[in-house]
Amino acid sequence: MVTRRDERALATLCDAACRVASAVVDPEIPVISIADLGILREVVVNGDRVEVVITPTYSGCPAMNMIKSEIEQALAAARLSPVVVTTVLSPAWTTDWITDTGRQQLLDYGIAPPVRGDGRTTLFRTAAVACPRCGSVETSQLAPFGSTACKALWRCDRCREPFDYFKCH
Amino acid sequence: MDPGSITVADSPLLRYTLRRADDALILGHRLSEWCGHAPMMEEDMALSNMALDLIGQARSLYAYAAEVEAAGRDEDAYAYLRDVTAYGNLLLVEQPNGDFAQTMIRQYLYSAFIDGYWRGLVRSTDATLSAVAAKAEKEAAYHLRHSAEWVIRLGDGTPESHQRAQRALDDLWPFTGEMFAVDASDRSLIARGIAVDTDALRGEWRAMVAQVAARATLILPGDGWMQRGGRDGRHSEHLGHLLSELQFMQRSYPGASW
Repeated sequence: MVTRRDERALATLCDAACRVASAVVDPEIPVISIADLGILREVVVNGDRVEVVITPTYSGCPAMNMIKSEIEQALAAARLSPVVVTTVLSPAWTTDWITDTGRQQLLDYGIAPPVRGDGRTTLFRTAAVACPRCGSVETSQLAPFGSTACKALWRCDRCREPFDYFKCH
Repeated sequence: MDPGSITVADSPLLRYTLRRADDALILGHRLSEWCGHAPMMEEDMALSNMALDLIGQARSLYAYAAEVEAAGRDEDAYAYLRDVTAYGNLLLVEQPNGDFAQTMIRQYLYSAFIDGYWRGLVRSTDATLSAVAAKAEKEAAYHLRHSAEWVIRLGDGTPESHQRAQRALDDLWPFTGEMFAVDASDRSLIARGIAVDTDALRGEWRAMVAQVAARATLILPGDGWMQRGGRDGRHSEHLGHLLSELQFMQRSYPGASW
Protein backbone atom coordinates (compact mmCIF):
# COMPACT_ATOMS: atom_id res chain seq x y z
CA MET A 1 0.00 0.00 0.00
CA VAL A 2 1.29 3.41 -0.92
CA THR A 3 1.00 5.82 1.96
CA ARG A 4 0.83 9.58 1.67
CA ARG A 5 4.33 9.75 3.12
CA ASP A 6 5.62 7.43 0.34
CA GLU A 7 4.01 9.63 -2.26
CA ARG A 8 5.61 12.71 -0.79
CA ALA A 9 9.00 10.98 -0.68
CA LEU A 10 8.59 9.93 -4.31
CA ALA A 11 7.68 13.45 -5.38
CA THR A 12 10.70 14.84 -3.52
CA LEU A 13 12.99 12.24 -5.09
CA CYS A 14 11.59 13.02 -8.52
CA ASP A 15 12.06 16.76 -8.01
CA ALA A 16 15.62 16.26 -6.86
CA ALA A 17 16.45 13.99 -9.80
CA CYS A 18 14.84 16.43 -12.18
CA ARG A 19 16.83 19.35 -10.76
CA VAL A 20 20.13 17.46 -11.05
CA ALA A 21 19.43 16.20 -14.58
CA SER A 22 18.26 19.64 -15.73
CA ALA A 23 21.50 21.23 -14.59
CA VAL A 24 23.70 19.04 -16.85
CA VAL A 25 25.22 21.28 -19.53
CA ASP A 26 25.99 20.69 -23.17
CA PRO A 27 29.69 19.70 -23.41
CA GLU A 28 30.18 21.72 -26.62
CA ILE A 29 28.35 24.83 -25.39
CA PRO A 30 28.86 24.68 -21.61
CA VAL A 31 26.65 27.69 -20.85
CA ILE A 32 23.39 26.02 -21.84
CA SER A 33 21.74 23.24 -19.86
CA ILE A 34 20.18 20.20 -21.51
CA ALA A 35 16.81 21.40 -20.18
CA ASP A 36 17.15 24.78 -21.90
CA LEU A 37 18.47 23.10 -25.03
CA GLY A 38 15.22 21.15 -25.11
CA ILE A 39 16.69 17.67 -25.20
CA LEU A 40 15.65 16.62 -21.69
CA ARG A 41 12.25 15.04 -22.15
CA GLU A 42 11.31 13.49 -18.86
CA VAL A 43 12.58 12.33 -15.49
CA VAL A 44 10.65 9.51 -13.85
CA VAL A 45 11.25 7.44 -10.77
CA ASN A 46 10.40 3.74 -10.89
CA GLY A 47 10.88 2.19 -7.47
CA ASP A 48 14.42 3.23 -6.55
CA ARG A 49 15.49 3.63 -10.17
CA VAL A 50 15.68 7.02 -11.88
CA GLU A 51 14.93 7.10 -15.57
CA VAL A 52 16.03 10.10 -17.60
CA VAL A 53 14.62 10.41 -21.11
CA ILE A 54 16.54 12.50 -23.63
CA THR A 55 16.25 13.08 -27.36
CA PRO A 56 19.12 13.62 -29.80
CA THR A 57 19.66 16.94 -31.56
CA TYR A 58 21.36 15.96 -34.82
CA SER A 59 21.64 12.33 -35.97
CA GLY A 60 25.41 12.37 -35.66
CA CYS A 61 25.92 14.73 -32.73
CA PRO A 62 28.96 13.32 -30.88
CA ALA A 63 27.96 15.20 -27.73
CA MET A 64 25.03 12.83 -27.10
CA ASN A 65 27.21 10.03 -25.70
CA MET A 66 28.92 12.47 -23.39
CA ILE A 67 25.63 14.01 -22.25
CA LYS A 68 24.38 10.55 -21.40
CA SER A 69 27.37 9.77 -19.22
CA GLU A 70 27.28 13.20 -17.60
CA ILE A 71 23.66 12.66 -16.59
CA GLU A 72 24.63 9.34 -15.04
CA GLN A 73 27.56 10.88 -13.19
CA ALA A 74 25.60 13.90 -11.95
CA LEU A 75 22.84 11.72 -10.53
CA ALA A 76 25.32 9.27 -9.01
CA ALA A 77 27.17 12.18 -7.37
CA ALA A 78 23.84 13.31 -5.88
CA ARG A 79 23.29 9.74 -4.63
CA LEU A 80 20.33 9.35 -6.93
CA SER A 81 21.24 6.07 -8.56
CA PRO A 82 20.71 3.61 -10.17
CA VAL A 83 20.05 5.67 -13.28
CA VAL A 84 18.86 4.63 -16.71
CA VAL A 85 19.22 7.13 -19.54
CA THR A 86 16.89 6.38 -22.43
CA THR A 87 17.02 8.00 -25.84
CA VAL A 88 13.79 8.55 -27.75
CA LEU A 89 13.66 9.73 -31.36
CA SER A 90 10.05 10.77 -31.71
CA PRO A 91 8.90 13.49 -31.85
CA ALA A 92 12.09 14.81 -33.41
CA TRP A 93 13.88 17.63 -31.61
CA THR A 94 13.83 20.99 -33.29
CA THR A 95 15.67 24.21 -32.49
CA ASP A 96 12.27 25.67 -31.54
CA TRP A 97 12.51 23.68 -28.30
CA ILE A 98 15.40 25.83 -27.08
CA THR A 99 13.92 27.95 -24.29
CA ASP A 100 14.06 31.75 -24.18
CA THR A 101 16.60 31.42 -21.37
CA GLY A 102 18.65 29.11 -23.58
CA ARG A 103 18.49 31.53 -26.50
CA GLN A 104 19.73 34.34 -24.28
CA GLN A 105 22.54 32.10 -22.97
CA LEU A 106 23.64 31.30 -26.51
CA LEU A 107 23.62 34.98 -27.38
CA ASP A 108 25.64 35.91 -24.29
CA TYR A 109 28.14 33.19 -25.19
CA GLY A 110 28.61 34.71 -28.67
CA ILE A 111 26.44 32.29 -30.66
CA ALA A 112 23.53 33.73 -32.65
CA PRO A 113 20.41 31.72 -31.71
CA PRO A 114 18.50 29.93 -34.50
CA VAL A 115 15.79 31.65 -36.47
CA ARG A 116 12.45 30.45 -35.09
CA GLY A 117 10.22 28.05 -36.98
CA ASP A 118 11.10 24.42 -37.60
CA GLY A 119 9.29 24.15 -40.91
CA ARG A 120 11.39 23.27 -43.91
CA THR A 121 11.05 26.73 -45.39
CA THR A 122 12.62 28.35 -42.36
CA LEU A 123 15.72 26.15 -42.53
CA PHE A 124 17.32 28.49 -45.02
CA ARG A 125 15.54 31.75 -44.25
CA THR A 126 18.40 33.32 -42.35
CA ALA A 127 18.15 36.91 -43.53
CA ALA A 128 17.73 38.35 -40.05
CA VAL A 129 20.65 36.78 -38.20
CA ALA A 130 21.83 39.46 -35.81
CA CYS A 131 25.46 39.76 -34.76
CA PRO A 132 25.72 38.51 -31.14
CA ARG A 133 28.33 41.19 -30.39
CA CYS A 134 26.99 44.44 -31.83
CA GLY A 135 23.42 43.45 -32.74
CA SER A 136 23.72 44.53 -36.37
CA VAL A 137 21.70 42.55 -38.90
CA GLU A 138 24.19 43.40 -41.62
CA THR A 139 25.71 39.95 -41.52
CA SER A 140 26.72 37.33 -44.05
CA GLN A 141 27.38 33.63 -44.05
CA LEU A 142 30.99 32.55 -44.49
CA ALA A 143 30.45 28.78 -44.41
CA PRO A 144 27.26 26.73 -44.11
CA PHE A 145 28.95 24.09 -41.94
CA GLY A 146 30.84 25.09 -38.83
CA SER A 147 32.87 23.75 -35.94
CA THR A 148 30.06 21.46 -34.77
CA ALA A 149 27.05 19.86 -36.46
CA CYS A 150 24.71 22.53 -35.12
CA LYS A 151 26.58 25.61 -36.26
CA ALA A 152 27.38 27.68 -39.34
CA LEU A 153 30.07 30.32 -39.59
CA TRP A 154 28.91 33.91 -40.09
CA ARG A 155 30.50 37.33 -40.10
CA CYS A 156 29.23 40.72 -39.04
CA ASP A 157 29.66 43.23 -41.85
CA ARG A 158 29.36 46.12 -39.37
CA CYS A 159 31.83 45.19 -36.60
CA ARG A 160 33.71 42.70 -38.83
CA GLU A 161 33.75 39.99 -36.16
CA PRO A 162 33.13 36.38 -37.19
CA PHE A 163 30.57 34.47 -35.13
CA ASP A 164 28.81 31.12 -34.90
CA TYR A 165 25.18 30.82 -35.88
CA PHE A 166 23.13 28.00 -34.39
CA LYS A 167 21.46 26.51 -37.46
CA CYS A 168 17.74 25.84 -37.69
CA HIS A 169 16.85 22.22 -37.35
CA MET B 1 33.37 -11.13 -29.33
CA ASP B 2 33.80 -13.54 -32.20
CA PRO B 3 35.98 -11.87 -34.85
CA GLY B 4 34.21 -13.82 -37.58
CA SER B 5 31.45 -12.40 -39.69
CA ILE B 6 27.87 -12.52 -38.52
CA THR B 7 24.98 -13.96 -40.47
CA VAL B 8 21.95 -11.74 -40.25
CA ALA B 9 18.39 -13.08 -40.18
CA ASP B 10 16.29 -12.54 -43.26
CA SER B 11 13.12 -10.47 -43.14
CA PRO B 12 11.88 -7.66 -45.41
CA LEU B 13 11.94 -5.01 -42.66
CA LEU B 14 15.41 -5.96 -41.49
CA ARG B 15 16.76 -6.04 -45.03
CA TYR B 16 15.12 -2.70 -45.79
CA THR B 17 16.56 -1.04 -42.69
CA LEU B 18 20.05 -2.42 -43.25
CA ARG B 19 20.15 -1.35 -46.89
CA ARG B 20 19.36 2.25 -45.93
CA ALA B 21 21.79 2.15 -43.02
CA ASP B 22 24.48 0.83 -45.38
CA ASP B 23 23.89 3.69 -47.84
CA ALA B 24 24.40 6.24 -45.08
CA LEU B 25 27.41 4.51 -43.51
CA ILE B 26 29.30 3.95 -46.76
CA LEU B 27 28.71 7.45 -48.10
CA GLY B 28 29.55 8.88 -44.67
CA HIS B 29 32.79 6.90 -44.64
CA ARG B 30 33.65 8.09 -48.14
CA LEU B 31 33.15 11.72 -47.13
CA SER B 32 35.20 11.22 -43.98
CA GLU B 33 38.14 10.24 -46.21
CA TRP B 34 38.33 13.92 -47.17
CA CYS B 35 38.98 15.00 -43.61
CA GLY B 36 42.28 16.88 -43.69
CA HIS B 37 42.47 16.70 -47.51
CA ALA B 38 39.74 19.00 -48.79
CA PRO B 39 40.67 21.88 -51.11
CA MET B 40 39.93 24.49 -48.42
CA MET B 41 39.25 24.52 -44.72
CA GLU B 42 35.56 25.44 -44.94
CA GLU B 43 35.04 22.50 -47.28
CA ASP B 44 37.00 20.18 -45.03
CA MET B 45 34.54 21.07 -42.28
CA ALA B 46 31.53 20.79 -44.57
CA LEU B 47 32.49 17.31 -45.79
CA SER B 48 33.23 16.12 -42.25
CA ASN B 49 29.95 17.59 -41.01
CA MET B 50 28.02 15.82 -43.74
CA ALA B 51 29.91 12.60 -42.98
CA LEU B 52 28.91 12.94 -39.34
CA ASP B 53 25.23 13.40 -40.23
CA LEU B 54 25.31 10.33 -42.46
CA ILE B 55 27.10 8.13 -39.93
CA GLY B 56 24.61 9.32 -37.31
CA GLN B 57 21.72 8.32 -39.56
CA ALA B 58 23.40 4.95 -40.07
CA ARG B 59 23.72 4.46 -36.31
CA SER B 60 20.02 5.15 -35.74
CA LEU B 61 19.09 2.68 -38.47
CA TYR B 62 21.52 -0.03 -37.31
CA ALA B 63 20.20 0.37 -33.76
CA TYR B 64 16.71 -0.19 -35.14
CA ALA B 65 17.93 -3.19 -37.14
CA ALA B 66 19.22 -4.67 -33.87
CA GLU B 67 15.79 -4.15 -32.34
CA VAL B 68 14.04 -5.75 -35.33
CA GLU B 69 16.38 -8.73 -35.48
CA ALA B 70 16.30 -9.18 -31.69
CA ALA B 71 19.39 -11.37 -31.78
CA GLY B 72 21.19 -9.54 -29.01
CA ARG B 73 23.41 -7.56 -31.39
CA ASP B 74 24.27 -3.89 -31.27
CA GLU B 75 24.71 -1.36 -34.08
CA ASP B 76 28.47 -2.02 -34.29
CA ALA B 77 27.96 -5.68 -35.19
CA TYR B 78 26.22 -4.73 -38.45
CA ALA B 79 28.84 -2.16 -39.39
CA TYR B 80 31.96 -4.09 -38.46
CA LEU B 81 31.13 -7.75 -38.73
CA ARG B 82 29.35 -8.19 -42.03
CA ASP B 83 31.27 -9.09 -45.15
CA VAL B 84 31.04 -7.24 -48.41
CA THR B 85 28.34 -9.50 -49.90
CA ALA B 86 26.09 -8.86 -46.88
CA TYR B 87 26.17 -5.10 -47.50
CA GLY B 88 23.14 -3.80 -49.37
CA ASN B 89 24.17 -0.23 -50.17
CA LEU B 90 23.80 1.44 -53.55
CA LEU B 91 26.76 1.12 -55.91
CA LEU B 92 26.74 4.91 -56.24
CA VAL B 93 27.77 5.59 -52.65
CA GLU B 94 30.74 3.22 -52.66
CA GLN B 95 32.33 4.81 -55.74
CA PRO B 96 35.71 6.37 -54.95
CA ASN B 97 35.94 10.06 -54.09
CA GLY B 98 38.00 10.80 -57.21
CA ASP B 99 38.53 14.52 -57.48
CA PHE B 100 36.43 17.14 -55.71
CA ALA B 101 34.04 17.33 -58.68
CA GLN B 102 33.36 13.60 -58.54
CA THR B 103 32.70 13.76 -54.80
CA MET B 104 30.31 16.69 -55.18
CA ILE B 105 28.46 15.26 -58.19
CA ARG B 106 28.01 11.97 -56.30
CA GLN B 107 26.83 13.89 -53.25
CA TYR B 108 24.39 15.89 -55.29
CA LEU B 109 22.90 12.92 -57.17
CA TYR B 110 22.39 11.09 -53.88
CA SER B 111 21.16 14.11 -51.90
CA ALA B 112 18.61 15.02 -54.56
CA PHE B 113 17.26 11.48 -54.23
CA ILE B 114 17.45 11.02 -50.47
CA ASP B 115 15.86 14.38 -49.76
CA GLY B 116 12.58 13.26 -51.34
CA TYR B 117 13.04 9.79 -49.87
CA TRP B 118 13.29 10.98 -46.25
CA ARG B 119 10.32 13.30 -46.72
CA GLY B 120 8.34 10.29 -47.90
CA LEU B 121 9.57 8.09 -45.05
CA VAL B 122 8.40 10.63 -42.46
CA ARG B 123 4.90 9.36 -43.35
CA SER B 124 5.89 5.73 -42.76
CA THR B 125 3.55 3.66 -40.62
CA ASP B 126 6.67 2.38 -38.86
CA ALA B 127 7.18 4.78 -35.93
CA THR B 128 10.97 4.35 -35.71
CA LEU B 129 11.63 4.76 -39.43
CA SER B 130 9.40 7.82 -39.41
CA ALA B 131 11.32 9.28 -36.44
CA VAL B 132 14.72 8.67 -38.06
CA ALA B 133 13.42 10.28 -41.25
CA ALA B 134 12.08 13.35 -39.43
CA LYS B 135 15.61 14.13 -38.28
CA ALA B 136 17.43 13.05 -41.43
CA GLU B 137 15.26 15.05 -43.82
CA LYS B 138 16.51 18.35 -42.41
CA GLU B 139 20.11 17.18 -42.60
CA ALA B 140 19.57 16.05 -46.20
CA ALA B 141 18.16 19.49 -47.06
CA TYR B 142 21.45 21.09 -45.98
CA HIS B 143 23.47 18.52 -47.95
CA LEU B 144 21.34 19.05 -51.02
CA ARG B 145 21.73 22.80 -50.97
CA HIS B 146 25.47 22.62 -50.38
CA SER B 147 26.18 20.04 -53.08
CA ALA B 148 23.88 21.77 -55.61
CA GLU B 149 25.75 25.03 -55.12
CA TRP B 150 29.02 23.25 -55.82
CA VAL B 151 27.68 21.48 -58.91
CA ILE B 152 26.68 24.88 -60.33
CA ARG B 153 29.95 26.53 -59.32
CA LEU B 154 32.07 23.74 -60.80
CA GLY B 155 30.01 23.21 -63.95
CA ASP B 156 29.70 26.91 -64.68
CA GLY B 157 33.26 27.65 -63.52
CA THR B 158 36.53 27.37 -65.39
CA PRO B 159 37.01 25.16 -68.47
CA GLU B 160 38.83 22.65 -66.29
CA SER B 161 36.23 22.54 -63.50
CA HIS B 162 33.51 22.23 -66.15
CA GLN B 163 35.27 19.36 -67.85
CA ARG B 164 35.84 17.54 -64.54
CA ALA B 165 32.24 18.02 -63.45
CA GLN B 166 30.91 16.77 -66.79
CA ARG B 167 33.18 13.74 -66.69
CA ALA B 168 32.04 12.93 -63.14
CA LEU B 169 28.40 13.25 -64.18
CA ASP B 170 28.96 10.95 -67.17
CA ASP B 171 30.83 8.39 -65.06
CA LEU B 172 28.35 8.32 -62.18
CA TRP B 173 25.12 8.49 -64.18
CA PRO B 174 24.87 4.70 -64.76
CA PHE B 175 24.74 4.24 -60.98
CA THR B 176 21.67 6.44 -60.49
CA GLY B 177 19.03 3.98 -61.76
CA GLU B 178 19.54 1.70 -58.78
CA MET B 179 18.30 4.38 -56.38
CA PHE B 180 14.75 4.02 -57.69
CA ALA B 181 14.65 0.24 -58.07
CA VAL B 182 12.00 -1.59 -56.05
CA ASP B 183 12.16 -5.35 -55.47
CA ALA B 184 9.64 -7.89 -54.15
CA SER B 185 10.90 -7.45 -50.60
CA ASP B 186 10.35 -3.67 -50.80
CA ARG B 187 6.92 -4.11 -52.35
CA SER B 188 5.58 -6.01 -49.36
CA LEU B 189 6.62 -3.08 -47.15
CA ILE B 190 5.31 -0.43 -49.54
CA ALA B 191 1.92 -2.17 -49.47
CA ARG B 192 1.85 -1.82 -45.68
CA GLY B 193 2.82 1.87 -45.77
CA ILE B 194 6.20 1.15 -44.15
CA ALA B 195 8.51 1.77 -47.10
CA VAL B 196 8.69 4.54 -49.68
CA ASP B 197 7.90 3.66 -53.28
CA THR B 198 11.20 4.92 -54.67
CA ASP B 199 10.11 4.31 -58.24
CA ALA B 200 7.64 7.18 -57.78
CA LEU B 201 10.45 9.56 -56.79
CA ARG B 202 12.11 9.34 -60.19
CA GLY B 203 10.21 12.20 -61.86
CA GLU B 204 10.79 14.76 -59.14
CA TRP B 205 14.46 13.81 -58.92
CA ARG B 206 14.93 14.02 -62.64
CA ALA B 207 13.34 17.47 -62.83
CA MET B 208 15.46 18.79 -59.97
CA VAL B 209 18.70 17.38 -61.38
CA ALA B 210 17.91 18.73 -64.86
CA GLN B 211 17.34 22.19 -63.44
CA VAL B 212 20.65 22.27 -61.56
CA ALA B 213 22.51 20.75 -64.52
CA ALA B 214 21.13 23.50 -66.78
CA ARG B 215 22.36 26.20 -64.41
CA ALA B 216 25.70 24.40 -64.23
CA THR B 217 25.87 24.24 -68.07
CA LEU B 218 26.25 20.46 -67.75
CA ILE B 219 24.66 17.99 -70.15
CA LEU B 220 22.66 15.18 -68.60
CA PRO B 221 23.69 11.81 -70.00
CA GLY B 222 21.01 9.70 -71.67
CA ASP B 223 19.27 7.02 -69.64
CA GLY B 224 21.07 4.03 -71.07
CA TRP B 225 21.91 0.79 -69.33
CA MET B 226 22.04 1.15 -65.57
CA GLN B 227 24.33 -0.68 -63.13
CA ARG B 228 22.56 -2.84 -60.55
CA GLY B 229 23.48 -5.28 -57.81
CA GLY B 230 24.45 -3.31 -54.71
CA ARG B 231 21.12 -3.96 -52.99
CA ASP B 232 21.73 -7.71 -53.35
CA GLY B 233 25.35 -7.68 -52.24
CA ARG B 234 26.96 -7.63 -55.70
CA HIS B 235 29.37 -4.75 -55.35
CA SER B 236 32.14 -3.06 -57.27
CA GLU B 237 35.66 -3.88 -56.10
CA HIS B 238 35.79 -0.57 -54.23
CA LEU B 239 33.55 -1.63 -51.34
CA GLY B 240 35.86 -4.42 -50.19
CA HIS B 241 38.77 -2.00 -49.93
CA LEU B 242 36.62 0.49 -48.05
CA LEU B 243 35.44 -2.16 -45.58
CA SER B 244 38.97 -3.42 -45.00
CA GLU B 245 39.76 0.01 -43.61
CA LEU B 246 36.44 0.56 -41.85
CA GLN B 247 36.45 -2.88 -40.20
CA PHE B 248 40.16 -3.35 -39.56
CA MET B 249 40.15 -2.57 -35.83
CA GLN B 250 37.25 -4.81 -34.91
CA ARG B 251 38.46 -7.66 -37.12
CA SER B 252 42.01 -7.55 -35.79
CA TYR B 253 41.24 -6.64 -32.18
CA PRO B 254 37.77 -8.05 -31.57
CA GLY B 255 35.74 -6.12 -29.05
CA ALA B 256 38.37 -3.38 -28.73
CA SER B 257 37.01 -0.16 -27.29
CA TRP B 258 38.44 3.10 -25.99
